[in-house]
Amino acid sequence: MNNPLVSNIPSMKQTRALPRGARFKKNIGKVLTHALLIFVAVMMIFPLVWMLSVSLKTPGQQIQWPPQIIPKPFFPQNFVLLFTISPMATYLFNSAKIAILSVLGMCVSSSLAAFAFARMRFRGKNLIFGILLGTMMIPYATTVIPTFVIFRWLGWINTHAPLIVPNFFGSAYFVFLLRQAYMGIPQDFMDAAEIDGAGFFYIYSRIFVPLGMPMLTTVAVLQFLGSWNDLFGPLIYLNDQLKMTVQIGLTYLRGRAGTGVEHVGIVMAGSLMGILPMLLLYSFGQKYFVKGLSRAGLKG
Amino acid sequence: MPSKKASLTGMRRREELTAWLFITPIVLGILIFQFYPTLFSFYISFTQWNLLTPPKWIGFSNFVELFTTDRFFFNTMSNTATYAVWTVIAGLALGLIFAALLNQEIRGKYVYRAIYFVPVVAPTVAVALLWQILYDPNFGVFNALLRMVGIKGPNWLGNTTWALRSVIFEAIWAGLGFTILIFLAGLQGISSEYYEAAEIDGANAVQKFLYITMPLLSPTTFFLLVTGVIGSFQVFDIPYVMTGGGPANATQMVMMYLYNNAFTIQKMGLAAAVAFIVFAVIIILTVINFRLSKRWVFYE
Repeated sequence: MNNPLVSNIPSMKQTRALPRGARFKKNIGKVLTHALLIFVAVMMIFPLVWMLSVSLKTPGQQIQWPPQIIPKPFFPQNFVLLFTISPMATYLFNSAKIAILSVLGMCVSSSLAAFAFARMRFRGKNLIFGILLGTMMIPYATTVIPTFVIFRWLGWINTHAPLIVPNFFGSAYFVFLLRQAYMGIPQDFMDAAEIDGAGFFYIYSRIFVPLGMPMLTTVAVLQFLGSWNDLFGPLIYLNDQLKMTVQIGLTYLRGRAGTGVEHVGIVMAGSLMGILPMLLLYSFGQKYFVKGLSRAGLKG
Repeated sequence: MPSKKASLTGMRRREELTAWLFITPIVLGILIFQFYPTLFSFYISFTQWNLLTPPKWIGFSNFVELFTTDRFFFNTMSNTATYAVWTVIAGLALGLIFAALLNQEIRGKYVYRAIYFVPVVAPTVAVALLWQILYDPNFGVFNALLRMVGIKGPNWLGNTTWALRSVIFEAIWAGLGFTILIFLAGLQGISSEYYEAAEIDGANAVQKFLYITMPLLSPTTFFLLVTGVIGSFQVFDIPYVMTGGGPANATQMVMMYLYNNAFTIQKMGLAAAVAFIVFAVIIILTVINFRLSKRWVFYE
């Protein structure tokens, strides 16, 4: 990301050396670029600012035009109403529980497999890895019905298990990401440990897990995001209000609160509760998102 | 030394066993959640099945029904195709432009990038509820802004002409940050030597973009095209929450149609047939993309 070679715009020194007209043109270009970038940045962030703003307004304030972006006075009762008319706290707890357990299962199973594919010798390794990558092409649409049938047969409908348990079997994409990271760890470390008589699990847990921590964190962050934001899974597996996650709870909240202007503040307060954990995760783990996702584009 | 040799093969065997232990979860995962569902889905697409009585073999009837008497299927496919074309093309074009702008030596580029990525991490449900409010014909921001310039805005989500366009616009907004991130990663992989050589030959900025950036970025573009098509054909969350498929099925997508058939009216066979048509369309489009890619994708 910080590679100085990638820049293809002349540095300041060269700009100074340019004749006046060219420098002027360059500056115009810079101003236009920033204008464009700022315009899109506003487009990206404005809806979320609007959400925050509406969540703190009375119904009367909401229909005012021109709108008050910072409402005067604040109307935090929307949040109080949110937690009274809906089991929002339960939704949040359920989402967090499902996401955390999914992250645990995903990290353990994917990193174990990634270690084996990266550093161990066994028959059929390349074939199995190839098949693994091939399964990434199978669309979700094709597998969703039989998966539902399996969990129905197990009697797990209306429980959180169908949303958690599959993650304990790993994911091809995450195995792929972690294998790349583990192949970058010098072989010497492994040889040294083997000479000392360390077993493979010891080498995995004491060398590869700590040294591969940045990528493992990436996997954790992406899995947390995926679980938290999932709508389809909770929609087909959960029926009880008290078992629902934030995302599906929000669609119910809209139904319960109505779409009329008097309830918009509550729905936005709820949406904000759904987004906030992801914004926190993103602000602390931005580099992990970038790492995990941009790798896909380069090697995928 | 026979004893040493024996212990060596013993170690190899131990390595092999341990490796298989490590990959057991992911191998089971592929078998249970990928292979078996795909085969089972294929089988039930030739049956009539409501989950309660055993599946009844009916041959190609589900497929025949979808392509002939089904009043909705063609409409959902055409909506999905429209959605896919616009989100993918607009996403690629805007993503490339803004990635190129951000790849320059400009102040605040990391701030811009961070802002553009925020909608990507925000849960689609919360975001869709928010956009529903922005699109509101009476109290929404869009129509309020249009009123200021004397235009009476349409009922964005309630009008058969505008509903699909509005959904597409929101989807482009939500996905742009991801495309920019992947393009940026691709741009940073292009060596500055090419640009320096072109500058010596007197190439201008546009020529450099057309003859260096575009060809060298084509593998990234290709990756985004293929994954974009696969993803957009399975769109569910945004239209499900924003319009529920309405008005008059104007935003009904193929994944929603599958959901309704399988999980609302228990037509598992028909839903599986829909899934396989989606699978077939995705495979055909991917193969076409790979064929065409030989003409425009350039690997260094």
